[in-house]
Amino acid sequence: MKKKALHQVFRDTLPVLTGYLFLGAGFGILLREETGYGISWAFFMGLFMFAGSGQYLAVSLLASGASLISTAIATLLVNARHLFYGISLVDDYKDAGPRKNYMIFGLTDETYTLVTQNQPPEGMSRHAYCFWVTLCDHIYWICGCVLGNILGATLPISFEGVEFVLTALFVTMFVEQWLSNTNHRPAIIGVMSTALCLLIFAKELFLIPSMALIAILLVISRKTARRDVCA
Amino acid sequence: MHSIWIIAVAAVVTAATRFLPFLIFGQGKKTPDIIVYLGKVLPYAIMGMLVVYCLKDVRFLSAPYGIPELLGCAAVAALHIWKRNTLLSIGVGTVFYMLLVQFIF
Repeated sequence: MKKKALHQVFRDTLPVLTGYLFLGAGFGILLREETGYGISWAFFMGLFMFAGSGQYLAVSLLASGASLISTAIATLLVNARHLFYGISLVDDYKDAGPRKNYMIFGLTDETYTLVTQNQPPEGMSRHAYCFWVTLCDHIYWICGCVLGNILGATLPISFEGVEFVLTALFVTMFVEQWLSNTNHRPAIIGVMSTALCLLIFAKELFLIPSMALIAILLVISRKTARRDVCA
Repeated sequence: MHSIWIIAVAAVVTAATRFLPFLIFGQGKKTPDIIVYLGKVLPYAIMGMLVVYCLKDVRFLSAPYGIPELLGCAAVAALHIWKRNTLLSIGVGTVFYMLLVQFIF
């Protein structure tokens, strides 16, 4: 593995490093405060779940001693957006080899964003790049969860607002796509459908209708998209 | 003990949301046409979805009316259109937002 290529992976994942350390720490702190669970719980939840909003949700489920059925349903509602990542990568990850299962396991919002938006550096295959990005993100996340759990609320308050780094990552990638493409229909469909469903449905429920609406509109616009390609 | 089960169920359901599409559509030699098409256009739609998703907890009807978030996003977008440097847009945008929420709003 070329050192330069790995250096590029680190550079690409830097925003995620920042975001995950702080968001993971937020989770670690919350876990200790709400349930009293320590480092090993924070570590294993980060290792086996590797899901930001999913783990925050799990804390409240743990604290309230939720039933397994409601745990399953609530987790599904929060994490349903992963279904989209899988659908869009089925073909791409098809021949990813022995690392494929791990790459699928690690498909967070941020990992998905990086592997779909960035090109692999020279001397590294696309699948190797996706694997290293996934692994780095996973390590950052676990470090954040554990560190937050250890340091607890002693973290300086002046970091307020740092979680915006992940919003900034998505906005940047959105703008980058907009600038490098002439067909803006999918981007507009994505924003409008989600915003519309957020207005109509409760905050906990809007994701699945948004995804359904996006899929339907994209399929409908397929014919016209084809015509655009031919023209 | 019940806690371990809660975590196990949450972990399995989370993994299921990630693996399901591959199990359903990735088995045959050839990926279905419609999935190949969605694979091409979904990344664009998903970025839009994620931007809105990140802003879902912002309350626009009470102070500070989501102004820090909107200014932050606008700064990131403007900077990126201007310089097109990913780390710069994200880094400066985040620091700008932190200054807004800590000192102004």
